[in-house]
Amino acid sequence: MPWSLSAVSTLNVPAAPTAPLQHTPLHELHLELGARMVPFAGYAMPVQYPAGILAEHRQCRESAALFDVSHMGQVRLVGSDAAAALESLVPVDVQGLSLGRQRYAFFTNAAGGLLDDLMITRRADDLFLVVNAGCKGADVRHLVTHIGHRCQVIAQPELALLALQGPKAVDALARINGGVASLTFMTGGWFALAGAECFVTRSGYTGEDGFEISVPATHAIALARTQLAQPEVQAAGLGARDTLRLEAGLCLYGHDIDETTTPVEAGLTWAIQKVRREGGERHGGYPGAQVIDSQLAQGAARRRVGLVGLERAPVREGTVLVDAHGHKVGGVTSGTLGPSVNQPIAMGYLAANHAVPGGEVYAEVRGRRLPMRITPMPFAPHRYRR
Amino acid sequence: MTTMFTPDHEWINIEDHEAAVVGITLHAQDALGDVVFVDLPAVGTTFKKGDVAGVVESVKAAADLYMPVDGEVVEVNEDLRNDPSLANSDPMGAGWFFKVHVSNMAQFEELMDPPGYDALLKTI
Repeated sequence: MPWSLSAVSTLNVPAAPTAPLQHTPLHELHLELGARMVPFAGYAMPVQYPAGILAEHRQCRESAALFDVSHMGQVRLVGSDAAAALESLVPVDVQGLSLGRQRYAFFTNAAGGLLDDLMITRRADDLFLVVNAGCKGADVRHLVTHIGHRCQVIAQPELALLALQGPKAVDALARINGGVASLTFMTGGWFALAGAECFVTRSGYTGEDGFEISVPATHAIALARTQLAQPEVQAAGLGARDTLRLEAGLCLYGHDIDETTTPVEAGLTWAIQKVRREGGERHGGYPGAQVIDSQLAQGAARRRVGLVGLERAPVREGTVLVDAHGHKVGGVTSGTLGPSVNQPIAMGYLAANHAVPGGEVYAEVRGRRLPMRITPMPFAPHRYRR
Repeated sequence: MTTMFTPDHEWINIEDHEAAVVGITLHAQDALGDVVFVDLPAVGTTFKKGDVAGVVESVKAAADLYMPVDGEVVEVNEDLRNDPSLANSDPMGAGWFFKVHVSNMAQFEELMDPPGYDALLKTI
């Protein structure tokens, strides 16, 4: 939906929010760096710095970018039964996760829909969860309600979270503590950084190599300054984070996936290990297992797909997708001009019979039908350190 | 000749006789961020003041471009179509959007003059 320019020009002025916006531990640093702050999930967050979204995006693809993602929820599950308990809420193999390993997961509801997606890391004395900012309150309540009697659920608002992403992230971070270079994709460990013990995982949301660093809030600014002092590193905001994750084909909760989408519809079945599927040793036992099992066996009526625009106009969230006869076949859930691929890219859902790679559908944009090609994702190749 | 401004952060400048150049302001391009696409009107189309005559899109947002006065589009900026970043780098110059033959000069006179637009910006 296009805004008027006068609406866009006021977009960046936080319109009197109902509740005061929360600040991350890096707030003062964002202001000092000249960030444009916007409300996001109840927080004042930097959408971009003076360099701008395109420059910040390229910085991440070419060198290294530092993101503040402290608005996200960090939660510990403590107790010998924690892994088995968590498996009652996610269709993922948690018990089989070995020490220092990280895995993508999602909380499901009784209809097989997604309540949130998250990362789980097995540490020596707990399971460490990172959940979405907009869901974190509900997630903690969900955990306490359903498994609070089996393990301790400990939210950690005293922690900040930094993401250092890009092909040179390892050079910048290893200069502070060489140990981080030994991590591989989706593993984590404790490292001393900027005078604090930090939990570092080699993971991220950009498609690039990089790290997410859980750091005590008290030390977050010092660590961020240390990183920004490295020649490879520049600050990047949520705007670039969004274009980077979309090029990487990664879902944004609340847009590409939500309570009404199942993992099968969303093409996330790779995250459901064999042991949790029909015939597996710990099959089912999570909310919506019947729906998801049945969709795993028979397929879903719609599928998430990647789309590349064959014209120059960006195709945005909410755009209706039609077939060659003008019949509605789906809709776009995220879309922009991909700065690295230099084409309009989008994700959306299509009726299963239309969700065929190489096929064409048409996006209804301002009264015109713009052709889009159904394309395997990622749009920009992943460059993880495996 | 004076450049006039609209509440929608567009500028219009009468070049010679009644052909006026239209673009977006420095403030508008700053608020939008990196401009990646413009949809320009077809030459020869006649619009009423307030009609949507085009679209300007940044990485983050799409904004309608309104016709500031009644008139016929007589030229569009093909350079801008090919390089939308001109709207960021030179919004008041090389990043112009289209030229319009003004049919009602009174509508032009009614727009904001530079001090008027500066006053509007101070309220944002």
